[in-house]
This record gives sequence, structure tokens and C-alpha cells, in this order.
Amino acid sequence: MSMKPLCVKLSVQPSRGLVDEKFTILVQNLLPGFQLTIHALHQCEDGHSWEAFAHYTADATGTVNVSEDPSLDGTYSGVEQMGLLWSLRPVPGSKYGLRMRKMNVQTPMVVTISVYQGHRTEGFLDQVLLASVMVERWYMAPGVQRVPITDGKLTATLFLPSGPGPFPGLLDLWGGGGKLVEYRAALLASHGIASMALDYLTPQITKETGKMVDNDYFETAYRVLEQHPQILGSRIAMLGLSFGSTVTLRMAVYSQVVKLSCAVCISGSHVQPIGGGLEQILASFSKHAYKTRLDENNQVIWRDLMLPIPTDPSLKVDMGRLQCPLLLVVGEDDQNWPTHESAMDVKEMMDQAGNSHLLTVLSYKNAGHLIEPPFMPFARASTFKTITNPPTKVMVLWGGELVAHSRAQEDAWRKTLVFLRENLYGGMKHGASFSNL
Amino acid sequence: MYINLRRKPLLSVIADDLSCGGTYTGKEAMGLLWSMRPVPGSREGLRLRKLNVCIPQLVNISVYSGHVGVGFREQDPLASVLTERWYMAPGVRRIDIKEKGVRGTLFIPHGPGPFPGLLDMWGGGGGLLEYRAALLASHGYASMALEYFNPAEVNTAELELNYFETAFNIVRDHPQVMSDRVGLFGLSLGSIVSISLAAWSSVVKPRCCVCISGNHTHARGGTIGDVFNEFITNVHKVRMDENNYEIWRGMGLPIPDDISQKVDVGKINCPILLVNGDDDQNWPTVESAEDMAQMMRAAGNEHLLTRLEYPDAGHLIEPPYSPHFRATKFLKDGQKVILLWGGTTKPHSDAQEDSWKKILAFLQQNMYSSSGPRAKL
Repeated sequence: MSMKPLCVKLSVQPSRGLVDEKFTILVQNLLPGFQLTIHALHQCEDGHSWEAFAHYTADATGTVNVSEDPSLDGTYSGVEQMGLLWSLRPVPGSKYGLRMRKMNVQTPMVVTISVYQGHRTEGFLDQVLLASVMVERWYMAPGVQRVPITDGKLTATLFLPSGPGPFPGLLDLWGGGGKLVEYRAALLASHGIASMALDYLTPQITKETGKMVDNDYFETAYRVLEQHPQILGSRIAMLGLSFGSTVTLRMAVYSQVVKLSCAVCISGSHVQPIGGGLEQILASFSKHAYKTRLDENNQVIWRDLMLPIPTDPSLKVDMGRLQCPLLLVVGEDDQNWPTHESAMDVKEMMDQAGNSHLLTVLSYKNAGHLIEPPFMPFARASTFKTITNPPTKVMVLWGGELVAHSRAQEDAWRKTLVFLRENLYGGMKHGASFSNL
Repeated sequence: MYINLRRKPLLSVIADDLSCGGTYTGKEAMGLLWSMRPVPGSREGLRLRKLNVCIPQLVNISVYSGHVGVGFREQDPLASVLTERWYMAPGVRRIDIKEKGVRGTLFIPHGPGPFPGLLDMWGGGGGLLEYRAALLASHGYASMALEYFNPAEVNTAELELNYFETAFNIVRDHPQVMSDRVGLFGLSLGSIVSISLAAWSSVVKPRCCVCISGNHTHARGGTIGDVFNEFITNVHKVRMDENNYEIWRGMGLPIPDDISQKVDVGKINCPILLVNGDDDQNWPTVESAEDMAQMMRAAGNEHLLTRLEYPDAGHLIEPPYSPHFRATKFLKDGQKVILLWGGTTKPHSDAQEDSWKKILAFLQQNMYSSSGPRAKL
């Protein structure tokens, strides 16, 4: 049927929610069999436009329900309730290698969901819209407080959950790109965990002195959490992605100050020279830089730099000495770090030492390196600015395939929250491995 | 569970879950909202109404140890979260209207439009209440909240039907409104206006009408003030309850037989939805609805009428999860009285929830549907 129906009714519920909440998109008042395209548009903070779209056909009642009806084609297909978010990609004509990251968490991510007549794949801005709604996606729940931290020469932001507290605490570390990235800590605080996002590669102190921070810096951050009047000093976790995992494992095993209730390491590795500081770790990566490969698009593959997993104990964290529950999240198509191989080696070390009851490994087929909170767009490769002096820009291959990676993000986040809740909010007995996750 | 509604510092509202009967019992997903009431020690006759719809209503949901009934402010909760409740969806636009003597606020949904339109009218309290129009816009209807007299000045309001016709046309003529799909939405006096327009106006042709707690028992002609004064002529029929709250429903009885004393509802030619509570102590709205049905049956247009009547619901049938107000302050002749609206909290809250669902379905059927307007739900 090609007749334009009168008054198409589009609703997205909820129209305001956290970024990890699902929404339901309903289109009503169509003619049965009517062909339409549902389109999502988002303009991110640096001005780039992202879009996703899917083709649907109205059922006999003249309705399309994205949670129940299959997309026939588009940036995703099949029944995908949140496909319009995780399949967002830069609009045609955009620069290559973009990655979407919200830096200002005090404003929402605004997405416009629209309905167009027919099965369209391009030229959305030129077409006649049938209906459109705006949806707000928030990293900060109402009542969450954002507190910049500068004590002890830290460059950090603490997010306190709504309510009187006290709350369990968490130190949140991102990877080798540096900067102070707040969104995951804000989201964790929205789930009841007082979380501190810490910039440890490009903090103010490094900019001023030219020197990288050492272990003291992380211990100071831990102490700030431990001593905070609204945080339970005995219930503090660390969560790291990529290089952040490197730091997390080092602190968890070797620090005399940091006593963690649990740790989460996403896309990380225990492979690092023991003793010495961050410079030594980065130097050891550089030493193996000759193992860098390029894919057919000249994108950089760095996974081989840490391979083979060393047998020399001075080149990896002694996982047998870990005393808290650990959740490892890895993507098996990770092209940036050999995270799956590292996880297998960690398991072996812990099996041998007798502490593998503390270990849970979530390993996802066809997922890549950047395992982020759910429903965020996927980047198989993106431009990466190194923190070297002078910095260089390269196109890094992270790996992963869109659908599998998006499912991994959703599953991993849910299980990460369960793991954190059990170990931070749970009873005095620390949960062991989570075979029921 | 305890809720502290933080609005202005003057007013906070706390709900107990345990007192004789409690503020709600049993499994009630939204009980913490609709059973809210002023904290002990508050002034009498308060009514909770959101004036600034551009910011959310903030509700603190907290957990306390043990079964607590009093003294919430003196204790520390175990945990607490803040929730936001919005009348305006993202992207809804708010436009001040001051043209052709008409005062109001128009809310336009997000999107290309055009949209069906609504003229939204409240009752005898006066002023400009925007929240229902904002909520209707969040559901896809370009809605104008209409101001038609100042608070406490209803009996001197000089407006006649043509004010409302002008207001209706402002909505109808707006570039983002579908001119053949504009309806009327009223409560109490607002319903009376809607019914009058639907029956008597040669200028406006509403697509459909939603009339909550309204009636048809007034003669044609006159200003709003005249209409109101006509209602309250029989002051001797006002009763007082045991708290000295005024019960006005007697003034509306008996429903006259003389057709010249009533709106000629036989002339209505659009679908009309009447929503009433059978414990309405302010006006005999159910009796009025029954009489309207008889008149429409005799005239042959009863197929346009849908009646929703709710046991133990009162006069102020508002959008769902709003607290129930059995009696609140009202300014009459510059005097503060407390009017009994009626209703019992749980059935009234159920009525609000159920009627809103049905109102939205009725509006969708009549304003959005491709086929012509359907009368019965």
C-alpha cells in the first residue's frame, strides 16, 4: 500500500531514561501492510551526526512494535528492541574512524526517532517525515551528585548515588587514550555505587611535571574513597578497561594499601613487567612494537605485542596471590590486546595456585576490545591518539562484529552489575565464582 | 515506605504505609504516589497541582528500618532514591498564547505534525493550569490550556461562549494543527463549557469531547459568571458534612425536566465521552449524565455517547497517580471555604488510572484514526 496514512502515531517509552535502560518503540495508526522506515538520529558532542534505520511492515492491526516485530533490513535486522541505538553509525560523508563517547554527563544524549514512509536507506533529511519523537538517554540518574576531586593532586571525578549513603565505592579506570572519561562512573553511581573516574595517563600533575604518576597516585585515589564520609571504606572495588585493567590487577595483587572487595577487568591482561611504574609498562609495549600488524585497510593490530603470553613470572602479575573475586570480560575477536589468551593464562595460574574459585571469565565470541555499557554504538576501528610525546594518530583495529559485540556489551554489563552488587552490597562472605551468571 | 515530596519548602507530603487502614494496602505498583497526603500538621484543604511543567516533580522514595508510621523526618532512611515525574516529554514545545483577547498556553508535540488539537479547560477554581495540556501534548495532541477567569473570580467572569469559540479557532488555525481534528477536553466547569459548545456553537465543530465531572443543567446564554451563579442560586441546598466541608451536589438536584433549563444535548453531533464518579459530592454528575443519555436517546444521537462511571470516585478525576483529594480549599466570593469533592482514595485512584487509559484510547480512535470518528469505545 502506498497511500499515505493520516496521523501516524509514534511513541517511545520511556522518553527519558538511563543509557542502559530499554525502551519500547510503537508505531500505530498505519494501514495494514504499510511499509515504513524507523530512523534514529543523534548529533554527538563534537558535532558529528550518527544514524540508524530499519525497515518494517505494519501488521494487520496497523501497528509496528520494535520489541516484537522483525526489521527486514537496515542497520540491523530481526527483532531487536534496542537496535536503533547500538547500530548507530556516522552518517554518509562523515570522517572515518569516529567513536562516540559522551564527555559531558550532566546533559542527556538526545536521540530523535522518526518514521518515514517506505523502505528507505538514504536521504532521510530530504524525505517527508510521518512522525518524530525526541528521547533523552542519561548517564546520571536524578539525585546523583558529580564531585570534582583535586585532593592529593588527583585528576578525578567522584559520582555519589542518590540518598544518604554510605555507599560502596569503586575506582573506574579507562585505557591508553588517557583523559578524564566520566560516563561509566556516572552510570555506576546511578546503580548505587559511589564511583570515581580517574585520569591517570594525562592528569594535571603529569601535564605540569612531564612525569607519569606512580603507584602512590592510585593508592591516594583509593584512600580518598576509603575515607569519604559517604563511602564504606571496607567495600571498595576497582573496574578497569584495557590499560586500566593492567593497573587494576597490579593494585589488587601487590598494593599494601589497596584492599579490594572485588575487581572487574574488561579487555585487559595480566602481562606486565613487575616492579617499576607505568613508564616501564609502556616501554615494554614499545619494545615489542615491531610485532604490530596492519590489516587490509591499513588499520593497526596490536594484539601480538603481548604474545606469546610469557612464562617468566617477572613479566606478569602473580595471579595466584589474588585474594578478592575477579571478573574478567574479554572479546574473542579482540585485535588490540590478546585478552582471551591472557584470561586463559590467568585461569591456569589461579587453578595451579588454588584460588580460581575467585575467578569468573566472560568470554564473548566475535566481540572486540571496546566492551562498553550497553546500547552504545560499535566501533570496529577508530582513530587513536597515543599519549606519547609527541602524540601520534593511528587508525586502530579494535575488532568485533556489530551484532555479537552489541550483545556482548548488554550481557557483560548486566553480569558486571550483578557481580558488583553481590560483592559490594552482599553479605560478609565474599561470593566466589559466579557459575550462575 | 516513605515518600517525601520536595516542592517548595512550605509543603512536604509524606505517605505512611501503616496507620488504621494505611495509605494503601495490598499489591499497588503506584500506591506510593496516589496515596500521598499532606504531612501531619499541614494546613487543611491542600491540593497538589504542578504549576511549572517545564521542570519535573521530584519524589524521594526511601526505605526505613522496621514498620514506621510517624517521625520520618527525625530518622535517617536506610536508602533513598530520587525520581523525576514529568508532564512534558522531551521535545514538546510550550507557547504562551495571548491573542484576540484569549489567554492560554499551547503545547505542541515534537515532530513534523500536523497534529490533532485539543482545547483543555479546568473548572471553577480559575487561573491557568497547564499540566494536563502538557501531558496530552506528550501523547501527541497539540493542546491549549485555556485561562478564562482569575482564581476566585468565577462569579464575575464576563466571558461568553464566543471567548471559547475564539480560543478553539486559535488551536484550529495553528499551522501545526489539523484543522478538522480539534477536540474539547474539560473538567467540571470546563466540561459544562464543552457540552455547551458541542450543542450550541455554530462556529466550532469539535471532532470529539471528553467531559469529566460535568453537567448540562444550565440555560442558554449568559456569561460564565451567570452560569456559575445560576448553579449556586440554591444556596439553601448546600449541606455541611461532619467537618464543616460544603457539599454542593444538592444544588444541582433535581435535574429539571424543562428542556429550556438544560443544554440541548440532542444537537450534539460528535462523539462525547463522559467521565464521572458516583461519589461526587460537588455536583450530581451521574444524574446529569443519565439525563443527557435520555435526551440523546430521544433525539436519536445516543450512539455518540460513551459514559464511564466509577464507584466511590469523587469530582476531581485527574491524570493517574495524582493523589486523591477528598476536600480542598475553594475561594467563594472572596471567602475561603472547603468543598467536599468526594471519593475514597483507592477507588478514586483506580478511576483516575482506568479513565485516563480509556480517554487516551477514545482520543486516539477519534482524532488519529484514518476512518471517520467512532462513537462508542
